Amino acid sequence: MNNTLKNHKMLARLGQRGTFGMVMLEKAKENEDLLVITADVSIPAGLDRYRKQYPDKFIDVGIAEQNMIGIAAGLASEGFDVYTTTYAPFHTLRCLEQIRMDIGEMKHPVRMIGLSSGVVLGMIGNMHCSFEDIAVIRAIPNITIISPADSFELVKVLEALDNYPNPVYLRLTSGAPSPIIYKEDYNFEIGKTISVKNGEDIAIFATGSIISEAIKAAELLELEGIKAEVINVHTIRPLDIEGIKRVIKDKKLLVSMEEHVIAGGVGSAISEAIALEVKKPPHLMLGLPSDYSKAGIYEEMLDHYGLTAKKVAKSIKETLNNI
Amino acid sequence: MINAGLVEKLKKQASHMRINALKLANASGNNAAHVGPGLSIIEILAVLYGHTMNVSSKNLLDEGRDRFILSKEHGVLAYYTALYENGIITEEDLASFMKTGSAFLGHPVMNRKKGIEFTSGSLGMGLSLAMGVAIGLKRKQLSNHVYVLLGDGESNEGSIWEGFLSAPHFKLDNLTVIIDRNGIQLGGKTNDILPMNHLEKVLEEMGWAVYTVDGHDVEALINVFDSISNKPKLIIANTIKGKGVSFMEHNIDWHHAVLTDKLFNEAIEEQVKENE
Repeated sequence: MNNTLKNHKMLARLGQRGTFGMVMLEKAKENEDLLVITADVSIPAGLDRYRKQYPDKFIDVGIAEQNMIGIAAGLASEGFDVYTTTYAPFHTLRCLEQIRMDIGEMKHPVRMIGLSSGVVLGMIGNMHCSFEDIAVIRAIPNITIISPADSFELVKVLEALDNYPNPVYLRLTSGAPSPIIYKEDYNFEIGKTISVKNGEDIAIFATGSIISEAIKAAELLELEGIKAEVINVHTIRPLDIEGIKRVIKDKKLLVSMEEHVIAGGVGSAISEAIALEVKKPPHLMLGLPSDYSKAGIYEEMLDHYGLTAKKVAKSIKETLNNI
Repeated sequence: MINAGLVEKLKKQASHMRINALKLANASGNNAAHVGPGLSIIEILAVLYGHTMNVSSKNLLDEGRDRFILSKEHGVLAYYTALYENGIITEEDLASFMKTGSAFLGHPVMNRKKGIEFTSGSLGMGLSLAMGVAIGLKRKQLSNHVYVLLGDGESNEGSIWEGFLSAPHFKLDNLTVIIDRNGIQLGGKTNDILPMNHLEKVLEEMGWAVYTVDGHDVEALINVFDSISNKPKLIIANTIKGKGVSFMEHNIDWHHAVLTDKLFNEAIEEQVKENE
C-alpha cells in the first residue's frame, strides 16, 4: 500500500468512489491480468486517471450493462482479474439475470462494484437510489457481498480481493467527503465482523457508511447510561454467524441498521442466521420500508427513514422501554 | 476445391447425429424435448466439430482450443450428438440426457471436461460471453477462434443487440456468430412475432462481415467457415426447423414435443431411406 492510500483524511475527501479509482491505479501497476470494465460510468467511479493511464486495462462497453456482465464473465473465465463498475441500481437490477447465470451459477469470479448505493443520490430520484441490491444479490448463491464502512476500509477490501477466488458484489455507499470510521491500520478479513465501539447493554450491527450514525447514536445513548457495542458487518455474505452469536449473548437488545430495505437486507440475514437460537435478545430492525416514497437530499432522507444518530438513539430508547 | 471425402464424411456424421438426436428425443419420453430447434442446426454443428474447430477430447482444457458457445441452448440435441460423434462425450453421457442429476440436461450446463464451455438456458446471453472470451484470447495473443450460435428468435433480445453493436467496435476478428434462421420461434413464425427484415443489411452497416448460407449445405458451410475476414463474421444460416423428418419440418408443434415410439419409428425409417 502506498502512503496516499494510508491517508484516511484524504481518502475520506475522495469518498468511496474516488478511493476505488485510486486503488485501481495502484493495482494496475503490478497486475498484468487486471481489467476494469464500465458501462459508461468511469468518471464517477474515480477512473478518469486510470482510463488515461491504463487504456489497455480498461474497457468501456457503453450503456449496456447486460453486455458488460457477459463480457466480464467471459474474460474472468479466461483467467483475467475483472472489475466492473456502474451505479449500484443499474449494476444489480438491469443485468440481474446475467449476474445469476454468468456469475452466480457459473461462479466466474468477477468483482462487481456498485457505485453510490443506498440513498446518497436521492436528490435525483429513487431510480438512482439502490436499496434493493443486497436483497437481490443475497438471493443468488455464490456471490460474496461486501459493503465497507469507510474509504480506508475500501482500500483494505480491495487488497483482500487479490487472489480471492469467489465472485464479489462490492457495495459502495456515501458521497464525498465520506465519514471516517478508521483512523489507523487494523486487521481486516472478509467474513469477520469488527467491533468498532465497546458496550455491554445492547449491540448495534451496521453495514456500509451508515455505521457512522450508529457510532454517534451509541455516544448519545451513553450520555443516558445505555452502553452500546457497535459492530461493523462489512461482509454481508458470508455472514460472520459465530461472531454475531458471541456479541448478542448477553445483550438486552440487538439492533440492525442499514441503508437498504429491511426485506432481505443485513438485518434479515442476521435474523435468519440466529432464528434457531433459544436465548436471544429482541431484534430492532432499522432500515428503509418497502416503499417508493419521496426522495431527496441525503441527510434529509436519512432523517426521513429514521437513520440519523438522533432518531436511531430515540428508537432504541423507546424499544428498551417497551421490553 | 473441397475434398469430396471430407464432404461425405461430414454428411455421414450429420446423418448419425440426426438419428441419435431422434433417439434421445424418444428416450426422453413424456418429458418432451426440443426436437425441431435441434434438427435445424445438425449440419452446422457437424461441420464446426468435424472440420472447422480445433477441439477434440485431447485439448478440452487447453487455452489454444477453439471455443463453441450454444447461445440458443434449446439446440442441445445437436450439441450433445456432435460432442458424441467427435469422441468428446461417451455413450453413457449421451444416454443420461435429461435424467435427474445428469450433466446433460435439457439445456447445457458448463462442464469444460465434457466440452461444454458455458451454462446457457436463458436466451440472449451467449454473445456477450463469447465476446469476453474473444477479447481475452486476443489479449493473450492466441490465434484461436470463438464460435457462438444464436437463434433467430433469440435475436429479439436486447442483450444480443448490445453485442451486435460492440463486437465490430472491439474489432473481434476472432469471433464468428451464426444465426440459425429457421423462421419459427416458440409462439409462432418469427415474421409474425417480431420481424427482423433486412438483418443482413443492418448488420453489415454495423460493421460485421455478413454471409448468408444454406444451413444444411455441408459444402457451403465448410466454405463460409473457412473464409477469412478481418471483421467479426456473422453467418446467417437459412435452415428448416425439424429438418430431415417430413412431419416435423416447418412445423411449430415440434419446437418442444413428445416423440412417441410410433412417430420415432416413422422418423427413423425416413432416415434409413434417405441414406440408401
